[in-house]
Amino acid sequence: MSAAFAWAPDDWRRDVYDALKRVEVRQVAYVPDAGHASLIEACRADPDMETTVLTTEEEAAGVLAGADLGGQRGVLLMQSSGVGNCINAFTLLQNCGFPFLTLITMRGEWAEFNPWQVPMGQATAASLDLVDFLQYRVEQPADAGPITEAAARIAFDCDRAAAVLLSQRLIGAKTF
Amino acid sequence: MAGGTLPRRQVVARVLDQRPADLLVVTGLGTPTYDVAACGDSDLNFYLWGAMGCAVPLGLGLALAQPQRRVLVVTGDGELLMSLGALATVGVKRPENLSVLVLDNEAYGETGLQDSHTAEAVDLCAVALGCRWPRAQAFTEEAALAGLRDFLLEAPGPSLAVAKVSRDEEPRVLPSRDGHLLRNRFRKALSLD
Repeated sequence: MSAAFAWAPDDWRRDVYDALKRVEVRQVAYVPDAGHASLIEACRADPDMETTVLTTEEEAAGVLAGADLGGQRGVLLMQSSGVGNCINAFTLLQNCGFPFLTLITMRGEWAEFNPWQVPMGQATAASLDLVDFLQYRVEQPADAGPITEAAARIAFDCDRAAAVLLSQRLIGAKTF
Repeated sequence: MAGGTLPRRQVVARVLDQRPADLLVVTGLGTPTYDVAACGDSDLNFYLWGAMGCAVPLGLGLALAQPQRRVLVVTGDGELLMSLGALATVGVKRPENLSVLVLDNEAYGETGLQDSHTAEAVDLCAVALGCRWPRAQAFTEEAALAGLRDFLLEAPGPSLAVAKVSRDEEPRVLPSRDGHLLRNRFRKALSLD
């Protein structure tokens, strides 16, 4: 069911939203983020999606594990800095074989203006490696939908943790 | 010695003896896991053995996915303190079918009974009420326990019960530590696999 959200004509996040709908994602946990903003608003406008705003990203390991125990699929929308908050909580996924899908907007890697974003942005992929995430990078707008769907399929069909890294070049570097 | 006076196993038994068949239970790591297991194992118990701070978030995701069933999180003060922000997250969602029982001995029992923040400073009920939970109540005396089960399993939530329990150690009752087994049997019991 399509929601009453008004997408900008060239917003590739619509393809991401459509992919989430195709794989029947029902719970969307997020920490507010500029790169995910339209996707978050579209999910919030969708009566078939339960959106949960978190105080910290690690809450999502519990929330989405609980969703799986209750028979629903979920996704975590976050920024790369949030990955560093999650490591111990993500061991829950490894210990129990929970499927897990996260979409991560990258900071600290492309025309970044804030030096404080660089260390965690550069440590994001290695951090996800430490807790056995499959990782897929998106560089081109046309790939966002298909890569999201592919990551979701392997996460939910194979009970794996999968991360889609949306590159800072794709999102557009933030400036002041 | 600080801490409350209530015997923790009796507090849990008040709620879980002859429990409703459709009740879903999530436990925080450490002693609450043993306390719930001591009351009888169930496929609809999901025991955490790690991931400290995840008990309330897990209960929230489960409550949202299963709105027709009551979800009870049984955890300790230290485990809850590690994710106080989750009380704020629940306060935004306010699922009526979520209840949390904190077995508050005001100490970190697994690491040598060092005082926790609730021993001197922190009122967990006040935090929950400040996060717009409709119900939060401390239980300090045995006489009040008569109302605990209804408070947690019948009244609309989200509800937080803080039972001030003694620091006395009980014999350990260890459920399975196999997380894959615990996940699979829970989903199977809900006919999801």
